[in-house]
Amino acid sequence: MAGKPKLHYFDARGRMEAIRWLLAAAGVEFEEKLIESSEDLDKLRYDGSLVFQQVPMVEIDGMKLVQTRAILNYIATKYDLYGKDMKERALIDMYTEGVADLGEMIMLLPLCPPDQKNTKLTLIQDRATNCYLPAFENVLKSHRQDYLVGNKLSKADIHLVELLYYVEELDPSLLANFPLLKGLKTRVSNLPAVKKFLQPGSQRKLPGGEKSLERARKIFKF
Amino acid sequence: MAAKPKLWYFHGRGRMESIRWLLAAAGVEFEEEFLETREQYEKLQKDGRLLFGQVPLVEIDGMELTQTRAILSYLAAKYNLHGKDLKETVRIDMYADGTLDLMLMVALAAFKPPEEKEESLALAVKKAKTRYFPVFEKILKDHGEDFLVGNKFSWADIQLLEAILTMEELDASVLSDFPLLKEFKTRISNIPTIKKFLQPGSQRKPPPDSHYVEVVRNILQF
Repeated sequence: MAGKPKLHYFDARGRMEAIRWLLAAAGVEFEEKLIESSEDLDKLRYDGSLVFQQVPMVEIDGMKLVQTRAILNYIATKYDLYGKDMKERALIDMYTEGVADLGEMIMLLPLCPPDQKNTKLTLIQDRATNCYLPAFENVLKSHRQDYLVGNKLSKADIHLVELLYYVEELDPSLLANFPLLKGLKTRVSNLPAVKKFLQPGSQRKLPGGEKSLERARKIFKF
Repeated sequence: MAAKPKLWYFHGRGRMESIRWLLAAAGVEFEEEFLETREQYEKLQKDGRLLFGQVPLVEIDGMELTQTRAILSYLAAKYNLHGKDLKETVRIDMYADGTLDLMLMVALAAFKPPEEKEESLALAVKKAKTRYFPVFEKILKDHGEDFLVGNKFSWADIQLLEAILTMEELDASVLSDFPLLKEFKTRISNIPTIKKFLQPGSQRKPPPDSHYVEVVRNILQF
C-alpha cells in the first residue's frame, strides 16, 4: 500500500496551501514535514531532494515532485479532478491560472513595503472587482451549472473557492455582488471532505502574521 | 479541415514566444495578429475575447484560450509532446514550468529601468548556470538518452532549447560547463521543424528592443 503523500514546506500557506486544499478536497490523507530553519532547507537541498532547490516539494508515488503547477496537475489527474477531455482541461487550466494570478497578488501583499501597501491593496480590490470575480461569475452564469467546467467538481472549483476565502479575509465587501460565486463557495464548502478541512484543527493553515513572515525571511533568506 | 491556430499578441517575444516555439516544433502552421494600438487591444477586451482582459490569446479548435500555461499545456497534449503516461507528464511539467519561470524573468526584465534591467538579466543568467542548467545536464547524463523524458521528444526539450538560446544571447559562454547541453542544443536544433523555425524569416521574434517596450507600455498603459 502506498504511503501517504508527504509535503515539505514551512508552517504557512504560501505556495503549498493550494496543494493542501486539493489533496484534502480529494479526500487524500497527507503528512507534512515542516521546514523550521534555513538548516532544514539546506539539508533538503544537499540531499538532492529539490530539483530546482525550491519548495514546495511533495513526495508521492515514489517521486519527489516540485513546481506547484506540476504537483497540482498530477494530483488532479490522479484523483479525477481534471475534466473529461483536453478541452475541459484547457478551460480548467485557464481558470486556474486566473485564480493563481489574483492569489499571487494577495499572497505577496504582506511582503510589500509599508508605503506601497495601500496602493497594492487598492489594485487587488480593483482587479478582483473588475476583472477576476466577474469573469468567474460570468462563467457560472453562462451555463448555470453547479461547477465551473463540465458540470463536475474539478480543481478549478477548489482553487477558486480557496481564493474566495482569501478575498473575503481581505475585504468581505468584495464578494457582495457575485451571488453565483457565493453559491459555489457554499456548495464546495459543504462537500464532506472540504467541510472537514475547514474545521479547526485540520491541516489548513491560518493567515501568516508578522511572526510567520519573519520566520520565512530567516529560512529563505530574503 | 481545421483552421490554423491564430495568435494575438504584440510583435515581439514576451509571453507568446514559448507558444510560437511549441507550435513550430510540432510542425503546426499558425497565423498571427499583432497588437499595435490601444484601440485594437480595447476592442478585444470589449468583444469579450480575453477572459481576464489579457493576452496572449490563441484561437484554436473553436476555443479562445488565454493564460500562457493553459495554452502550452493544451498544445503539448494535442501534439503528443506531453509524455505517454502521468509520471512522464509530471516530469515534463516540472522541467518545462521551471524553464518557463526563467524565460519570464528575461521577458519581464525588458520593462525595468536600465540598472534594474541589467541586474535582472544577470540574475537570470546566474540562475540558468547554477540552478537550471546543472539539473538538465545531470538528467541527460544519468539516462544517456537524447531527450529529457521518456526517450522521446517533448515540450520539455523545446522549452529547454528556447532557454539555452535565450541565455546564450545574454552570455555566449553560458553552456561552457555543460557538454551534454551543448550536444542537446545541436541535436534539437537540427530537428527539421526546429531548424526551419531557426531560419531567418520564420515567425520567431527578435529580442525586445526599446520600440517594442514602448509599444507594449502604450497599449497596456503602464
